[in-house]
Order: sequence, then C-alpha cells, then structure tokens
Amino acid sequence: MEKILKQEKMKKINRNLMLIKGLVSKALLLVLPIFVISSCTTDEKQTVTTFSELVMADEFDTDGAPNNKIWGFDIGTGTNGWGNNELQYYTKRTDNVKVENGYLLITAKKEDFNGSSYTSARLLTKGLFAQKYGRFEARIRLPYGQGIWPAFWLLGDNSDEVGWPKCGEIDIMEYRGQEPTKVLGTVHGPGYSGATSISKGYSLLNDRFDTGFHIFGIEWGPEYINYYVDDVLYNQITPANVTGEWVFDHPFYIIINLAVGGDFLGAPNNETVFPQTMLVDYVRVYKNNKLN
Amino acid sequence: MKNRKYTYLTNSFILGLFLVASVSCERELSDETKFATFPNTAEVFIDGFTGGLDYFPFSGSKADAFTVDTKESYKGASSMRFDVPNVGDPDGAFAGAIFRLASERDLTTYDALTFWAKGTVPGLINEIGFGQDFGENKYLVTTNLQLTTNWKKYTIAIPDASKLIAEKGMFWYAEGPEDNKGYTFWIDELKFEKLGTIAQPRPSIVNGLDKVETQFLGNSVSMAAYGLTQTFNLESGVNQTVTAAPAYFSFKSSNTDVARVSDAGIVTLVGTGTSKITATLGNVKATGSLTVNVPGSFPVAPVPTLAQNNVVSIFSDKYTNVPVNYYNGYWAPYQTTKGEQTIINGQNVINYTDFNFVGTQLTTPLDISQMTHFSVDIMMLELPTDIDLLLTFKNENSTATTFQQNRIGQSYQLDSRAPVVYPSADFKAGVWSTIKIPIRPTSETSLDKTGVNLIIIENIKSSNVKTIYLDNMYFYKE
Repeated sequence: MEKILKQEKMKKINRNLMLIKGLVSKALLLVLPIFVISSCTTDEKQTVTTFSELVMADEFDTDGAPNNKIWGFDIGTGTNGWGNNELQYYTKRTDNVKVENGYLLITAKKEDFNGSSYTSARLLTKGLFAQKYGRFEARIRLPYGQGIWPAFWLLGDNSDEVGWPKCGEIDIMEYRGQEPTKVLGTVHGPGYSGATSISKGYSLLNDRFDTGFHIFGIEWGPEYINYYVDDVLYNQITPANVTGEWVFDHPFYIIINLAVGGDFLGAPNNETVFPQTMLVDYVRVYKNNKLN
Repeated sequence: MKNRKYTYLTNSFILGLFLVASVSCERELSDETKFATFPNTAEVFIDGFTGGLDYFPFSGSKADAFTVDTKESYKGASSMRFDVPNVGDPDGAFAGAIFRLASERDLTTYDALTFWAKGTVPGLINEIGFGQDFGENKYLVTTNLQLTTNWKKYTIAIPDASKLIAEKGMFWYAEGPEDNKGYTFWIDELKFEKLGTIAQPRPSIVNGLDKVETQFLGNSVSMAAYGLTQTFNLESGVNQTVTAAPAYFSFKSSNTDVARVSDAGIVTLVGTGTSKITATLGNVKATGSLTVNVPGSFPVAPVPTLAQNNVVSIFSDKYTNVPVNYYNGYWAPYQTTKGEQTIINGQNVINYTDFNFVGTQLTTPLDISQMTHFSVDIMMLELPTDIDLLLTFKNENSTATTFQQNRIGQSYQLDSRAPVVYPSADFKAGVWSTIKIPIRPTSETSLDKTGVNLIIIENIKSSNVKTIYLDNMYFYKE
C-alpha cells in the first residue's frame, strides 16, 4: 500500500515538474503576443492569463470513475434533448466516462440505449463547486466528425431558481466535429441566448483541434470575460457587447460534455466515425486575485 | 461514362518515350548517393511547369487534350486546360495523361497535393491523383473529383508522405465524356503542400472487409486487386478516401509457411494451410483482412483428347484458339463479374469472381454448321446449393439476333428452349466438370449457325458464386 502511494507521489511530482517546464516555455512564448496586442490596443487587460492562485483542479490522475467530490452527472436525454434536440443518452457507465492514464475520457458511442441511438456523458460540478469570476481552463483533445459536439462551459449556479437564460451561460469552448479547425466562445443571457447569443470563433491555421491537446480558457472579472485558446487571447466580451442584462456577477458551475447531434450542428451521418472520445488532461480554476 | 475501365491503360502509353525513360529511371533509383539530395520543390504547375515536367497521354486518349491556357487562370497568367472529347471522337475516347519529372523530388515534408479547378460543366473526374510514372507506379494515388463551374480548391491527401523520398509522378488524370458529351476543365496552382489539417488516418485493405477465400499453391495475387485505401478527414470536415498503392502499406502474413507478401503487395502461396494477411499504413492498423485457405496446387483441367481438325477452339492451351475480343466485356451498369483470363501454374484459365453474368466476344463470327457440340470445363471452389447457369450461343449481327440457350443446373425443366445439359448435382467443389452441349437444329433454337460471335453465361438464380473457373471452351464435331 505504502509502495503504491509512493509511486503515486512520484508520478505526481514528475507531472508537476513537467507542468512547470510547460509553463516556463509558455511564458516565453507569451511575450510576443503581449507586445503585439499592446501595440495595437490600449486595453491593458488583454493579456492571456493574469490569475495564478489555484482554487480547484482535477488533473485526472486516479484511474476509474471521475472524482465524485468534484463531478456529478446528468443522466438521460433531458427535455427535448437537453433543449437542443441532441440525440444522445447520457450515462455514467465506464463505457462513456472514465479516468485513465491521466486523462478524463468522455466517449460517444453509437448504440441503441433506452430509446436513443447514441450514448455519451455529461459531467458537472453543480452542488459541488461554483465560483464567481476567476480563470477557468481545461486542456482537451477534441473528437471529430459530423454531428459531434463537445463543450466545456459554465452555467449560473442560480439556474434552478431563475431559469435559463437568466442564470447566464459562459461557453468557454464548443465545437462542431465537422469543422475540426474551429472552436467557439459564447455567452448567453436574457435577450441574447441561442441564435442571438454573443459568440466568436477561433480557428487554427495549419492545425486542427482533434490531433493534439489545446488549452481552452477564460479569465472573468467584473464586466469582462476574456477568451483564450493556448497562448492566444481571441475575444473579450463586456457588458457593452451584450444585448441585454449582464448576468455574470454570481457563481457559476462547470459542465463538460460530449453531445451527439442537435440543432447547433445537425445529426451525424454515415461518414461519422464512432466511437468518438474527448480527452481532458486537466480542469483548473484560479481565483480572480485582482479583486480588492 | 463513369463505368469506363481505365485499368488496362495504366501501364501502356506511347512506348518509344517510355522505354528510354524507364531505363534511366532504374539507374537513378539504384544510385543511393543521390537519395538525400533530391529537391523538395512543391510547385508542379503555377504559370507553367516547374522543373522539367513532361506530359505523356495514355494510349487511346485524345493526345492533345491538354494545353496551357493563357486566357483562363485562377491566379497568374495561365492554367492547365483539359478538353475531354465527345463520345466517338476519332482522336481518342477520353482525356488522360501523366505529368512526370525527369528527375525525382523529395515530397516527404508535404501532406497533400492541392490545386484549384473548374469545369464548363460540373463533371466528375473519374481518376485523378499522383505517383503514376509509367515505371513501377510504386506510390500511385487515385481518387475522383467532382468539379464545379466556379474555381474551387481541391486537396488530394498523401497516404504516407514518409514514403515519397524520390517521386517522379507529380500528377495524373483520366476522364471521359459526361452524358456522352465532351467538356473542358482547368487546373491551376497545382502543388504539394503541408496543410497540417490532414488528419485521422483510417487505412483499409480488402475494402475494410474480412474476406476468406481459397487460393492454390504457387499462385500469386496482388493485394491491390482487393481494394487498398487510405481515408483522411480534411479541414473541410469531409472524409476523403484515396486508392493507395500496396507500397504504402506494410503487410503481414500470420503464417509465412503458407503465404508471403512482398513490399509490392504480391501474396504468394507457398504452402498448404491457412494464413491471414493484415496490414498497417504509417503505423496505423488497417481495417480488413484476407484469409487464404490453401488446400494444395491448382487442379489442372482435363486435357481435351480430340484432334485439332475436329475442333474450333475459343479458349484452350491444347488447341489453336480463334481470335477473341474479350472474355469479360464488362457490361455497365448491371454486371458485377470481375476477372478474366489468367495464368495459374503456367496454365491459362479463365477466373471470374462476383459472378452474375459474363460474355465472351469473338473477333470474327464463327461458322459452326459442321459442329455437333460445344464443350467447356467449369470448376467452382464453393458450391452454392441453387446453382443454375444459362449458357447462350448468340449470332448477334445487324439484321437479327438468333441464339441457342442451354441450362447448367437444376434438373427440373423450366423452358424447353433451354434444356438442362448438365445437372447441378454433378458439380463437386474444387473439381473440374466437363460439360458437353449438343448443338441443336436451328428449327429448335433459331440459332443461325453461320455466324456465332457471342457466348454468354448467366447466373440466373443469382447464386452466391464467389469464384468460378473456366477452361477448354471449344466447339467440336464427333
């Protein structure tokens, strides 16, 4: 037992070293974008990340089911396919969700299950973790194919009281599997939800999101949400951008899911390869330490 | 005209040029010191050919189908123009050519051939790709392509660029008329690129199926004939499948005492037993497999005993044969039958697979008035329970078509005009049956015996005939 623990610890330490190394090289790379941005804008907030006080992290280092102190599950098909006519049935079976080799694996399968043609999983921190402001990021390798819809997003913790979209929704990353080089960052609120949501896409040049890991994050403070992918800050949304009430000044919880089909992107077709797996290396949340 | 077969063309073209070039090519390929120094030039045609490209039309194609067009281009001063002929064009039935370099290029740093194209009509280019050099065609890649009438960018993925250390075949195409009508298409900015968005490789062999079949000792088959493909997901989200030459794959035989596979994808059966052939491409396991069961040597058909002067032979090693246009005149669109004349252990046989119907067309109509019988040897490796073949001698000419029909199969009689001449119960799997069919009086059949020019065999019950062999096809008099 002790031996195992020791190995675990070793692994953890090595991992941390690697992370530090990764951060160092990233920091070097950051210099250039900052110069570029500051040379064309006076808005000093437009750096990729500024918050560094870690509040919550899941590195997915323990094989098996996801940590139940952080993650719960949505099960089934919701109402009208979770409001989007999605086609999958969400389960928490290891077929659809598990932690393995340092990654969270969410797998969409084509199988008949309780009246649905696909199964997948949706994890959420509702009732377990929520935070107002800060930095939310995840390192993810996305799946691909027509009708494959992964997302890493936040929903207002008051969703059960005030309902959607009044509770607010911050989509840190969503992606259509048929557009493998493009992700979207979006906010939904009262008067700007669904088709009228405030959204911006970010596309890779000479690369795609299903062949390697990418970091998807936001830095969120009073009156702004900054969106970044890897080392590129590609959007800032402020109260001036939204066509309704700004509803992002209360705690939000995290959702990670892999949907199949839905109004957003259409159904899979016979060219879509199943199963499709979304790999999450980590989810980290930092405090907004610029407050007070 | 989408069913036109070009395969017979792929190794033939204007021979004079080919022989000279081929010799020099061999010498350069074996010169190892040059390997590391091949240039990695990307451009093939921008406003003209980059780096000594030569144009070689396929034999039978309209030789002047390709021109450089200085009035039309996507970008720059000119483009490649292709004029596909109308059906019946005396200058050639289709447009098709290879564009080959005099010396090799290193293409290992690229992942696709890209170009802009448009057509006067939204034609479907039947075959288009690269790696065809009229030499080994070792790294041949083929796909098809749907044109639009506006300029559009196209991508043809490289199955595994690490193989392309010395490539000459920069581009090739073959296209026939659309709805019998010729048309024109243009290609511009033709070059190799590193797109970085060619991803999710899914190679497959045997079209992704797990096929089991009987093969004979000493026989060789090419894996290319079983369907070798590489599929990538492109930036557009579209899955693109290209036909890839065997040399892109690494094949593995589970039992090398039974089957061995060469780098060129030739499977040679070297012992009795069973072996499963699988493959990888660029370290990705290919879907599909070929399992061969080798019971022994190919059984030789019984050698006919009649003297040559009593025989008019259509297919036999024993006799001099009359000229034949084809043993499988692929009839679009309903025919599935593949295969034709082949050589097994030095013996000429006819081998059909996926057999539904097939025709042998004689070059000159035969007068069989003096003949009493038709003889054919047939062997099947697996026997369907409901085998029933209809064999027809036809006199097909401009004034009238007359025929005699004969059934090889079920013993019950359906139609007196097509009597059963051989009961299916007499077939044995893997054993030759000699079938002798009496030539009946014209009054019973209508057949005008003075000009028989077509022999058709039909699988009238659509039985599952995977592989059927024919040999010793001849008319004779007793």
